[in-house]
Amino acid sequence: MAVEIPTYDVLVVGGGLAGIRAAIAAAEAAPKLKIGMVSKVYPMRSHTVSAEGGIAAVLREPDSFDGHAYDTIKGSDYLADQDVVEVFVREAPLEVIQMEHWGCPWSREPDGRISVRPFGGMTTWRTVFAADKSGFHMLHTVFQTSLQFPQIERLDEFFVTSLINEDGRCQGVIGFDMRSGEIQSLAARSVILATGGNGRIYAFTTNGAICTGDGMALAYRAGVPLKDMEFVQFHPTGMPSTGILITEAVRGEGGYLTNADGERFLTNYVPNKMELGPRDIISRAMVTEFEAGRGLKGPYGDYMNLDVRHLGSEVINRKLPFMRELMGEYMGIDIVSDPMPVRPVEHYMMGGVDTDASGRTPLPGLYAAGECANAGINGANRLGSNSLPECLVFGAAAGRAAAQDAQAVKAPGANPIGGLVKDERKRIEDGFLERTTGDQRVGEIREDLQKAMDRGVAVFRTKEGLTRALKDLAQLRERFARVRLDDHSRTFNTELVAVLELENMLDGAETIVASALARDESRGSHARRDFPERNDEKYLAHTLAYHVPGGQPRLEYRPVRITNWQPQARTY
Amino acid sequence: MATDTIQLSVARYDPAVDQAPRQQTYEIPYQDDMVVLDALNWIKTHLDGSVNYRWSCRMGICGSCGMKVNGTPRLGCSVFLRDYLPGPVVVEPLPNFPVIRDLVIDMTSFMEKLASVKPWIISHDRAPALAAGEHRQTPAQVEQYRQFSMCINCMLCYAACPVIAIEPHFVGPAAIALARRYDLDSRDHAGQERLRTVTGSDAIWDCSFIGECSAVCPKGVDPAKAIQQTKFESTLGMLLPWGGFR
Repeated sequence: MAVEIPTYDVLVVGGGLAGIRAAIAAAEAAPKLKIGMVSKVYPMRSHTVSAEGGIAAVLREPDSFDGHAYDTIKGSDYLADQDVVEVFVREAPLEVIQMEHWGCPWSREPDGRISVRPFGGMTTWRTVFAADKSGFHMLHTVFQTSLQFPQIERLDEFFVTSLINEDGRCQGVIGFDMRSGEIQSLAARSVILATGGNGRIYAFTTNGAICTGDGMALAYRAGVPLKDMEFVQFHPTGMPSTGILITEAVRGEGGYLTNADGERFLTNYVPNKMELGPRDIISRAMVTEFEAGRGLKGPYGDYMNLDVRHLGSEVINRKLPFMRELMGEYMGIDIVSDPMPVRPVEHYMMGGVDTDASGRTPLPGLYAAGECANAGINGANRLGSNSLPECLVFGAAAGRAAAQDAQAVKAPGANPIGGLVKDERKRIEDGFLERTTGDQRVGEIREDLQKAMDRGVAVFRTKEGLTRALKDLAQLRERFARVRLDDHSRTFNTELVAVLELENMLDGAETIVASALARDESRGSHARRDFPERNDEKYLAHTLAYHVPGGQPRLEYRPVRITNWQPQARTY
Repeated sequence: MATDTIQLSVARYDPAVDQAPRQQTYEIPYQDDMVVLDALNWIKTHLDGSVNYRWSCRMGICGSCGMKVNGTPRLGCSVFLRDYLPGPVVVEPLPNFPVIRDLVIDMTSFMEKLASVKPWIISHDRAPALAAGEHRQTPAQVEQYRQFSMCINCMLCYAACPVIAIEPHFVGPAAIALARRYDLDSRDHAGQERLRTVTGSDAIWDCSFIGECSAVCPKGVDPAKAIQQTKFESTLGMLLPWGGFR
């Protein structure tokens, strides 16, 4: 009995901002193509929904493309590929206008023009926003817009477990529909990964539960390198209890960051920028103050005060209403009358699947965009409000490139795919779902992974700490080999999803630690206490981590591409 | 009084083995700052990995974790155990939906209803050039539709809706609120094209402005108002020669 394999021209994995933008771009570029959009959650649950502050784009005079490019490159500590940044800043305004035409409820000036606000590391006001729910509004706008394209077929709550890599080309994916639990293949002429970051490898993170780096791990295991994984962004202002993001827009709108002495301590770190310094430097300043005993003490450890009382309730209600809601609900604090407690929190992965400016990975037929990818614009530190335009610009570019590619190749053959599905079924069903031996719980291994990363791979790093993290990961791998599920049902088995996510998290964490251990310098978010200086002679280069089955990742380096901006000391 | 532990009674259902849903009780360590979602996560991590529910952002914006808590539709991430002391806290799937497994409901019907109301900008100019730049839209014009744009699709309003309970094909509160969101947007010119999608079935007239939907909305959206406005527009459309729209 021959089972027909669903076949797509372009298959997008991930239904967040980058994925949906890619699907629409592919549909517009070639309306006759059949496009699949697979997501492990309903698209509007994607983590884009939690982005708050806004999206950077050069909209009008006196701002300039050069200005946005320079800020981004300096912010990256000169690890950005400058040719890609130049493409990025030119495309970003078009994407903001596209979102406007699709109905995004941007905040507006009295004359009806789109408003902009200041943001960290940006030398001028260029962050477009929808109050402090920018990501939520963008995601719902682009998702609802996508519903008018009949050629985009959604597979909601479908979990992808591997890529089909045959004859040197990505020809689809294998995975399962969570409702039926049936492991099956989806064939495709081209595949786009847009699965987000893997912040959940940390315990204290702004990221939602779904941010487990699935696409990164899928590409990695298929032989595609992960680039610059050592660069992990810690956002200065997380809610101390839960890690919920307190937007940088709080400081953009004029909020003060003060220590236990009530002092705006950033005068000693970024005197010219103060609260609008870049995230890596402010997070380091906060940790340094904590270590000097100048943090406030709370039930969740040291914290700083983020104060907007001087802005008044009118500005707070109009521009930061969600912050007032979140602090009220989860901390019992009214930010109109009391400062917000905050501390640095894992937020974003600069690293990701190696791509060019069109989202192409080194594996033909495979593309990637958004946080799961690394096109080269963020380098060692992403500037706040550069990730939403990144999703749109590179999502759209990948969609167009994948559509073009799909029209040039033949449909994948069914024969090799059948065998691959059989192997994958065995791996997942025998290895996890039906296995009744083992003594390790999924959730407990995950918790210990998160603790190990919080402890050893945080704002400041040392060789000792990273080496210990590496040992922790090796032990966690051993425990993972003894994992046993409580749930053996095929129907909506979230424990099965969780164990496969955990595998992806372990892969991602391993590349982060290995890449961090090998970079004996401090650059952007990668701050080594034992190597406090930047070393351009040796490390003005991207780290490429390749999967070695059963072993440590193999690391290679690729020089950074510099066009107009020579590396300089990075002071603010 | 300090409490060390609290009991959670969780609805369990696996269609492969269960004839009907049953409640299973777990005892977990209690802390003052725990929400119901934290309690479920504690159970899943440490006691029973087979409990199934949806969640992600844990900050009331992704809309995944709608569930019935002690009889009321709530977001699991926004409801504190401390409000239910001494327990037990009874957690069940949202009513008015088929149950797939445990707390996981089947929301396929909502996804179809959402698409059916054409929740996108329908403009005179089908594809305005990006080079033409932004539409002007004043803060007052944004304010016209803003509250209806805050819907997170969490399904609490469908769970609370007495009309859906009787007429499952009713488009329902969230989808009508989102249709209204586009109707009220100065960039949109859909007029009757979208209005017809909402008033096409009779069910909207069964809504008697009870307002349960608006009462349970965790984001301050007022779907009941959207439904009333839609009925009003529709009535005008029948009475006035120009269709009553703009």
